[in-house]
Amino acid sequence: MAKVRGAVVVDNEECKGCGLCVVACPQDVLGQNKQVNSRGYHYSFMKNPEACIGCMNCAIVCPDSCITVYRVKV
Amino acid sequence: MQITDIINPENLVYEKPKLLTSNTMHYCPGCSHGVVHKLLAEVIEELGIQEKTIGVSPVGCGVFAYNYIDIDWQEAAHGRAPAVACGISRTNPDKVVFTYQGDGDLASIGTGEIMHACNRGDDFVVIFINNGIYGMTGGQMAPTTLLGQVTATTPCGRDAAMNGYPLKITELIAQLPGTSYVTRQSVHTPAAIRKCKKAIAKAFTSAQEKKGTAFVEVVSTCNMNWKLPPVEANQWMEENMFPFYPPGDMKDGSKHDIHPNNTVKS
Repeated sequence: MAKVRGAVVVDNEECKGCGLCVVACPQDVLGQNKQVNSRGYHYSFMKNPEACIGCMNCAIVCPDSCITVYRVKV
Repeated sequence: MQITDIINPENLVYEKPKLLTSNTMHYCPGCSHGVVHKLLAEVIEELGIQEKTIGVSPVGCGVFAYNYIDIDWQEAAHGRAPAVACGISRTNPDKVVFTYQGDGDLASIGTGEIMHACNRGDDFVVIFINNGIYGMTGGQMAPTTLLGQVTATTPCGRDAAMNGYPLKITELIAQLPGTSYVTRQSVHTPAAIRKCKKAIAKAFTSAQEKKGTAFVEVVSTCNMNWKLPPVEANQWMEENMFPFYPPGDMKDGSKHDIHPNNTVKS
């Protein structure tokens, strides 16, 4: 069975740190950064990048459309 | 395989819709408005109707929608978006017109406009964001506020004897012969968002086919005025809003269905 690897890129400055992507992720890839962006929000980041399958759930629930998703079959 | 190998334009599967402008949305973190804006941008882009779509923005948090979606917009007075959309769609029958309204706009001050627009069967789409509260003005009671729900103007919870009952306006509109497609959706999970996108696409298609008014209610959160974090607001919505506002299609037809049997026998 082909394995799927994914990666997400979060626009750190656009992210408002709502955390909806963190609970939408089935693989527990995303987390909220301890650091804040210039507007004071704890932006999302890939805390566990190896587990990402590029399912796009995080990007679909993001209200600010700040997540871009890449996926590749390996 | 390194992450940098995966992040490559040829592996791109999802990016921000091109119709969304680069302006940062003024909505609170986790607001459902952002998701609905994104779905609208995706649907308009996929149907290829950017050049002939006209949106009518409401008064409420959604008033700045014209800053975020790159189509033609008209701003309407409070609650009067259906009347404005009616005028636009009648004078420009080749355009695709939609209104974007909240519950304070549509279900309170604009009840007369929406009822008669839907009853006339004007060919436009209504996107109705129902979060059960007046968001922009600071969380006052709306017609759709649930019984017992605490708001700025009902600090002890909404009381039926004092404030009346919540208004199920989508059920009322589904009874009107002028409507084509009436549905209630939500945007709290990826599955619900995918379903909502299909419903919005269907609504736009039915308006393009001149079947009547297409009405999409989106049960939403207002985490700031519900005074909950975004994730808990979604859970609260599932537990409290869905029993009273159950998602699902209420009508799927056309305004032309009713005409033959409904005319005067000469």
